[in-house]
Amino acid sequence: MKSLDAQNRIAKRIARELRPGMLVNLGIGIPTLVANYLPRGMAVHFQAENGVIGTGPAPEAGMSHPTLTDAGGRLVGALPGASTFDSAMSFGLIRGGHVDVTVLGGLQVDAQGRLANWMIPGKFIPGMGGAMDLVTGAKRVIVGMEHSANGMPKIVPTCTLPLTSIKSVDLVVTELAVIGFSDGCATLVEVAPGASIEQILAATPIRLKMPDRLPQMAS
Amino acid sequence: MQSVTVEDAVDMIPHGASVMIGGFMGVGAPERIIDELVRQGKRDLLVVANDTATPSTGIGKLVDAGLISRTITSHIGLNPETQRLMLAGKMTVDLVPQGTLIERIRAGGYGLGGVLTPTGLGTFAEEGKRRIEVDGKSYLLETALRCNFALVHAFLADYLGNLTYALTARNYNPVIAMAADKVIATADHIVPAGVIAPDHVITPATVVDYLVVNT
Repeated sequence: MKSLDAQNRIAKRIARELRPGMLVNLGIGIPTLVANYLPRGMAVHFQAENGVIGTGPAPEAGMSHPTLTDAGGRLVGALPGASTFDSAMSFGLIRGGHVDVTVLGGLQVDAQGRLANWMIPGKFIPGMGGAMDLVTGAKRVIVGMEHSANGMPKIVPTCTLPLTSIKSVDLVVTELAVIGFSDGCATLVEVAPGASIEQILAATPIRLKMPDRLPQMAS
Repeated sequence: MQSVTVEDAVDMIPHGASVMIGGFMGVGAPERIIDELVRQGKRDLLVVANDTATPSTGIGKLVDAGLISRTITSHIGLNPETQRLMLAGKMTVDLVPQGTLIERIRAGGYGLGGVLTPTGLGTFAEEGKRRIEVDGKSYLLETALRCNFALVHAFLADYLGNLTYALTARNYNPVIAMAADKVIATADHIVPAGVIAPDHVITPATVVDYLVVNT
């Protein structure tokens, strides 16, 4: 599967986790694509940590404003009812448990569901930005990432990269599977169309609980 | 509050000063003050800011000019030059979770010694910090931050120095305006006192020391 197809499949599946009225924070990368797959007319409030609730698609050329941006600095629009605030309130919303769902990218997730997503020592050091606060404070944390990187599994017994938080994430969605984490255990929840359980087990070197019924990943 | 030219404002900032700078990926950054810092070559700066923007925008201009010796920040991912200087040992970069950074600044401006946060427990961010239990929950003690100068950018400033901000250009600006010995503000528009209604003032004029005049 091409990377772009994989990323869109992941984003599409994660969009099904969102419900009307939720306050949702999307990270950069695959998570950003999730907004493209919301059912038409579903009112979800998107927060960007630079200080806005109610971001919408970028307006047509020539109608954007340089002071209305998302956390990546990209020009966005705002929906009716949007609000803006300073960074202290933005992180009060995040850390204070007011964000219903955050969707983040991942470099590694361990057997207990602990995420590493902010640095590869000596190589790639972007900084944690808001990721540590989001994992710590959001009511539900969903990771959207490709199942492996350069043939190496990203879901691993123990993260070799620095952790983002010791709090476990709730759900990991890849192009092969949906895996849920609770009480320190991982459960295979759904299998992607065209993927086999053997293929998933081979690419997921952790203990994975199997439910009696294993639905196909919705796409 | 005193009005000043941008040249005189930056002339007050010595080499080696600690400065908080508003902006998020360059949005809401005091660009004219930054340009003047580069022109006057103010070096060895300690910069406290959300991020180092991208090369040639906002704080990125200070990075490009090699004027920052140390930065306390949450994100440098979109500025390869910051990462290069850090890995080459030419700039010290203290990475702090974004919500912790803004709370440390808020604490500095609000007369608090620090804050207790669960963010960073058990991670790299805990190194060297005290862990404190409150009602059975663990938190990290994060100490307050203050600087010599805060460089703030507003949308509107009135003649007295009351400030209000535009959309996502607010970000760190009103918080850093409380946390420095001297606060220097620029604004897109300077308007007569009274134009900004009291309910709409975000930063009260009394905390603004200098307003840079528009030219």
